[in-house]
Amino acid sequence: MNKRLPFGLAMIMLVIPCLLLVAFTHYPALRALLNSFWNNASSRRPSKFVGVENYQTLLEDDRLVQVMLNSTFYALGTIPLAIGLAIGMALLVNAKLPGTSLMRLSFFMPTMLPMIAVANIWLFFYAPGIGLASQILGVFGLPPINFLGSTETSLISMMFVAVWKEAGLFMIFYLAALQAVPENLKDAARLEGAGPVRIFFNIVLPLLRPTTIFVAVNALINAFRLVDHVIVMTRGGPNNSSALLLYYVYEVTFSQRDFAYGATLTVLMVCLLGVLAAVQYWVLNRKAHYQ
Amino acid sequence: MTQGLNRIMWSTIGLLLAALWGLPFLYSVWTAFHDEIYSANFVWNAPLTLENFFEAWQAAPFALYFLNTVILITIVLVANLILCTLVAYAFVRYRFRWAGFLFALIMVQLLVSPEILIVENYLTLSKIGMIDTILGIALPYLTSAFGIFLLRQTFLTVPVSLDEAAQIEGAGACRVLWNIYVPLAKPVYLAYALVSISFHWNNFLWPLIVTNSPEVRPVTVGLSVFATVESGVEWSLVNAATLMTTAPLIIAFIIFQRQFVANFMRAGIK
Repeated sequence: MNKRLPFGLAMIMLVIPCLLLVAFTHYPALRALLNSFWNNASSRRPSKFVGVENYQTLLEDDRLVQVMLNSTFYALGTIPLAIGLAIGMALLVNAKLPGTSLMRLSFFMPTMLPMIAVANIWLFFYAPGIGLASQILGVFGLPPINFLGSTETSLISMMFVAVWKEAGLFMIFYLAALQAVPENLKDAARLEGAGPVRIFFNIVLPLLRPTTIFVAVNALINAFRLVDHVIVMTRGGPNNSSALLLYYVYEVTFSQRDFAYGATLTVLMVCLLGVLAAVQYWVLNRKAHYQ
Repeated sequence: MTQGLNRIMWSTIGLLLAALWGLPFLYSVWTAFHDEIYSANFVWNAPLTLENFFEAWQAAPFALYFLNTVILITIVLVANLILCTLVAYAFVRYRFRWAGFLFALIMVQLLVSPEILIVENYLTLSKIGMIDTILGIALPYLTSAFGIFLLRQTFLTVPVSLDEAAQIEGAGACRVLWNIYVPLAKPVYLAYALVSISFHWNNFLWPLIVTNSPEVRPVTVGLSVFATVESGVEWSLVNAATLMTTAPLIIAFIIFQRQFVANFMRAGIK
């Protein structure tokens, strides 16, 4: 039976570490909520209570609509694609084929690189004229595309960067899950005459469900959290076509110095994140469990 | 026979995908090791050169940036290891009011990570005068919910009888923690340290906001300043700088490939 925690020990073991955590997680979240009801202070007048004025601005913000559409498209595009690729990569690496270590190295390498380095690498890859992408197009006699400079392609180009960076990490989690799939289940299915495709969809894939929940929630958080490539590659442009929500928060707060509106957007982001994670967990968890 | 053919086919597909996947990186490597005139122009016997690396190293204080990153990572890692261990141990071996509630409260950080809260954390930091300091960059990351979760899961697997036996022998809470729990959790500490080092080596947005001067800039921010300030900067230099700043991680990864992958996996499933 566990002992009661004495007061002095509690101060050292729990209170100090948790205070640090609360000060930079819960406090700022609540603080953002409070600040979203106040306007910005200037040198002449202190900030004053404005009620829901910031939220009215938020509802009428045309740029925000664009940013939300971008973010939705970005998440819906990158998360399933990265998960699908990760499962494919894990199957390849797990199959003990010749050249496995080369495959693993290549798939996992982008994960080790900082997003900022990935952004530089892809900036060069996409560069008009000089980049490999436009050279490949040139070889096939296709007209050059200004990947990052046109409103139609900038967001999709950013999505490729994100998938390239993330898929390798997710592959590792699937690799771990694949190695935990019991051999005898597959043997039994094989005896019953099931082919490899059937075995994958009826045995392996259902057993991967907990991993998929874990990966999907992580991918969602990352889709919100990681905007380094937007800052380096396009600055949200052209014409906001590649701006994501956190990038917009960054720009509003630290370029336009509008901290009140930044706080309002932070509240929006935290709420969204909570709701989405809950929905995702519920949807993926609702289906039957096999384990 | 078909089995063999099948394997060759899948191996080819896998290697093709791997080659395709490596293409952007390899292109950057090509440019970094060649003179500017070869940067978009493949001649198989183009002379290799390290000139770009020397030039990039001279053009910006990268040595200082590296030092800053190392200091930052050391602060975060040491604080994480100590604080997360203490909290996890308290949850596993002590009884106190609101334990479940407190644990849920801590786990909120897994979802609402410090990056999401840059606006208010910046205000907090400027209020206490820590803008533009390395400690300021580290502050929001000193306690990690992920670390606490990971260590709690590990400590739960340590048999209580082992703990009780040590106490009967007269060992205090500190000694029990240090001599029983910590050694048993060694692989988890290693896994956590690897994940944490690569996360903080790569972190960009928060250090970008907090730092203004080169004296405190970590490598990622330094790289972005180098690659954007001078618009006329050559691609070969940018690519050399990019590789240079990530080289320690890449080399470490190639050497420890197996352990890295195994540890990432452990961090994932537990």
